[in-house]
Amino acid sequence: MNRYPTWKYILIAVVILIGLLYTIPNFFGESPAVQVSPAKTSLKADAALLSKVEATLKLANIPFNGIYLDASGVKVRFADTEAQIKAKDKLIANLGKDYTVALNLLSQTPNWLLGIGAKPMYLGLDLRGGVHFLLQVDMKAALDKSAESNVGDFRTALRREKVNYFGITREGQSVQVRFSDTKELESARKVLSKDYPDLTFNDSTDGKEFVLTASIGEAAKKKIQEFALKQNLQTLHNRINELGVAEPIVQQQGFDRIVVQLPGVQDTAKAKEILGRTATLEIRMVDEEKKDLATLEAAEKGQVPFGDEMYRDRDGNPILVKKNVVLTGDRITDAGPGVNNQTGGSIVNVTLDGRGAGIFKNVTRDNVGKRMAILLIEKGNTEVITAPVINEEIGGGRVQISGMDNTQEATDIALLLRAGALAAPMEIIEERTVGPSMGEENIKRGVHSTLWGFAAIAVMMMIYYMVFGGVSVLALGINLLLLVAILSMLQATLTLPGLAAIALALGMAIDANVLINERIREELRNGNTPQASIHAGYDKAFDTILDSNVTTLIAGLALFMFGTGPIKGFAVVHVLGILTSMFSAVLVSRAIVNVIYGYRRKITSLSIGQIFKA
Amino acid sequence: MELFRIKNDIPFMSYGRLTTAISLITFILAVFFLASKGLNYGVDFTGGTVMEVNYPQSANIDSIRKAVDSIGLKDATVQNFGTSHDLLIRLPLKKEMSIAQLSETVTKALKEADSTAEVRRVESVGSQVGDELYESGGLALLLVCAGIMAYLAIRFEWRFAVAAIIANMHDVVIILGFFAFFQWEFNLTVLAAILAVLGYSVNESVVVFDRVRENFRKMRKASVVQVIDNAITRTMSRTVITHLMTQTMVGSMLLFGGEVLHNFALALTIGILFGIYSSVLVACPIAMWLGVNRANLIGDVEKKESDKKDANNATEAIS
Repeated sequence: MNRYPTWKYILIAVVILIGLLYTIPNFFGESPAVQVSPAKTSLKADAALLSKVEATLKLANIPFNGIYLDASGVKVRFADTEAQIKAKDKLIANLGKDYTVALNLLSQTPNWLLGIGAKPMYLGLDLRGGVHFLLQVDMKAALDKSAESNVGDFRTALRREKVNYFGITREGQSVQVRFSDTKELESARKVLSKDYPDLTFNDSTDGKEFVLTASIGEAAKKKIQEFALKQNLQTLHNRINELGVAEPIVQQQGFDRIVVQLPGVQDTAKAKEILGRTATLEIRMVDEEKKDLATLEAAEKGQVPFGDEMYRDRDGNPILVKKNVVLTGDRITDAGPGVNNQTGGSIVNVTLDGRGAGIFKNVTRDNVGKRMAILLIEKGNTEVITAPVINEEIGGGRVQISGMDNTQEATDIALLLRAGALAAPMEIIEERTVGPSMGEENIKRGVHSTLWGFAAIAVMMMIYYMVFGGVSVLALGINLLLLVAILSMLQATLTLPGLAAIALALGMAIDANVLINERIREELRNGNTPQASIHAGYDKAFDTILDSNVTTLIAGLALFMFGTGPIKGFAVVHVLGILTSMFSAVLVSRAIVNVIYGYRRKITSLSIGQIFKA
Repeated sequence: MELFRIKNDIPFMSYGRLTTAISLITFILAVFFLASKGLNYGVDFTGGTVMEVNYPQSANIDSIRKAVDSIGLKDATVQNFGTSHDLLIRLPLKKEMSIAQLSETVTKALKEADSTAEVRRVESVGSQVGDELYESGGLALLLVCAGIMAYLAIRFEWRFAVAAIIANMHDVVIILGFFAFFQWEFNLTVLAAILAVLGYSVNESVVVFDRVRENFRKMRKASVVQVIDNAITRTMSRTVITHLMTQTMVGSMLLFGGEVLHNFALALTIGILFGIYSSVLVACPIAMWLGVNRANLIGDVEKKESDKKDANNATEAIS
């Protein structure tokens, strides 16, 4: 009765073997490495890149231990950090700005194991060190911005269709267009509603004026917000690529948040500066009719003329620019620092996309002799970098921005512009930084907690339940093995609370074995034969084990659903631990007991500790 | 070795009044401290910044406090933890500074005061995040309760479900009471520990209830009280051993887990200790008073029951 069919033993052996295979990579340690990945989406990590990297290293005589290509790029392993850093410098010099070269640590897992997808567990930031940011996207600003750009677009559309209007203003997130009679209003409505199906148009009267109000519908709002988030995600990706971080994580969280995780980054100030810079570029026209001293002085005191905004240039002089935005940074496809041939000053060369180039051409053609202001907006501060006079129509989408203080600034601004603009400003609402020594210490803490706890439990179980205690400990060990194997397989993020969950899972899983052992003792106490007691003990305990695990599972799932960050990590391990414990405590321990006792013909007693018989 | 040699069933149910009185008093005390002192919420909930700073030599708290004061952060607390080399600096949220700027400014000030300072951990949380935590934490607690009750109601009976949940919520309140009384920091990991305890303590009730149900089948002539007393007595050994094992693991965490896991392990410890008591001595009397009996638990299963007995006899015969 206490024998399993052969297939059951084989199944258990296979599961344990697979568990072993996927657990092993966690013991190999890591070696310094360099990771090369394309900085632009148009470039691909392919065999050509691989051979290029290989050739570069061979030419420079830098020894390396291994080189391979995966989805994220080319990875090269080195024996020491000296070679790693030398290789990084050489690769940066050779590959240029199209590729990101980042320092990394790679597992020394042999290739045959990597081949079957066996990798070490994926450690969270609190275990490996690094920075975690949670950024909140300012959605109101995104909507405001979209309404603001509508103001300009309406103006152009109405002019084109020769509809007469008094003025266009933005009120919050709606745009109001004023007319002298309803006929003009109706024709404007016809023109605009055709061009902007997402907007809802309402008319009203204000004294003698007729007002057409365009507001953004719910569906359109959602679209704008989604777009803003997507664009910000992309921009952050680009910026982080420029930072050169291996395995960064940039993810959406909820509808208006972005998580950024930069493993191994030490210089948090630099990271924050690059991420937090919400710099956007805007090109607007200078209000040439309002440049007299009196108006400017009044503007400084707060009396800004209608339709204008006052900003300061780099020397601190006030300058009035029109509210209407000609172009935004979205239209920039590339930017790089340069030097003006005539003046020798630092400049930024900007390339615009097709539509941007078209708009720029039209505006420069219509405004020859006037000044055009280039504004840099950073975290609520708007500065006029330069306001050159337009000498002629500029086509082709190539624009030079002069007025940089030095080459460093030109480089910085170019980087910001190239990395793209944020569709809406963002704010860091959560920051977690863990230093590398702290990460190692946290691993030590978690591992020590688990191992010492495990050892103590093992000793107590074996003293109390003798052979059956030993079987329980073996089953518990296999539980740990399987849990680590599954975590490695899933590549779920392991955090310090996750490590605590491993320890706790073991502490709770032993319950099943205690239940079984107590039941067997009870059966023996009632005078049953050893074989029957084993059978009945496992049988009767199973229902209870199932019930109690389901309730624990419910708690684990709730944690998973509502938890964020570290709590989610805890919940994942907790839930997986319950599942593996069901397997090991019931099936595996039974198999071991079967092997020990099931094939003996005569047993008079079980080694399960002393039993007091009533 | 065997720790429990119990000849006769211990009449737990006759202590019902006493155990209920003890529970009520601890519960009321816990609620009192929660109301009067409140929980000492960590930055996860309130928002703010915690920085862990390490010095190669013993840290000079006064000069560090001065450095923090000098940048206008008078409401910062600076304290040692663990060793004299480690400092914990807590900063409340500032209106005029974003959390990103705040940690940057403090790091700079610390480095200026003593260039050997190493900032090992920074946790900054804005107010938006904290507010949501209350909500999701509460929701998680509700969901766990509802889920467990539903499961127990299906598997056993609604009376057991209600009794188990009351017993376990009583544990949760007592853990919170301890945290309020000692003003230990209540952070996200403590919340996780509480939810884990909730799931774990229910195990306890499940084991006893399972035995109660089994006893109703076996002990036909026994009264409800006798059935419950027998069930508790028979499972007591398992209850104590299991909790001892789990507590060993948690104790190991308390010893080796460091600052981050300390309160987590603390919450678990209280939960485990009170869990033993409440899931047995609170849950069972409540179930009894709610009117658990043979009829509503196993219903009309006389026939099935005798079948099972035959099967048992058969297996015994074979062996």
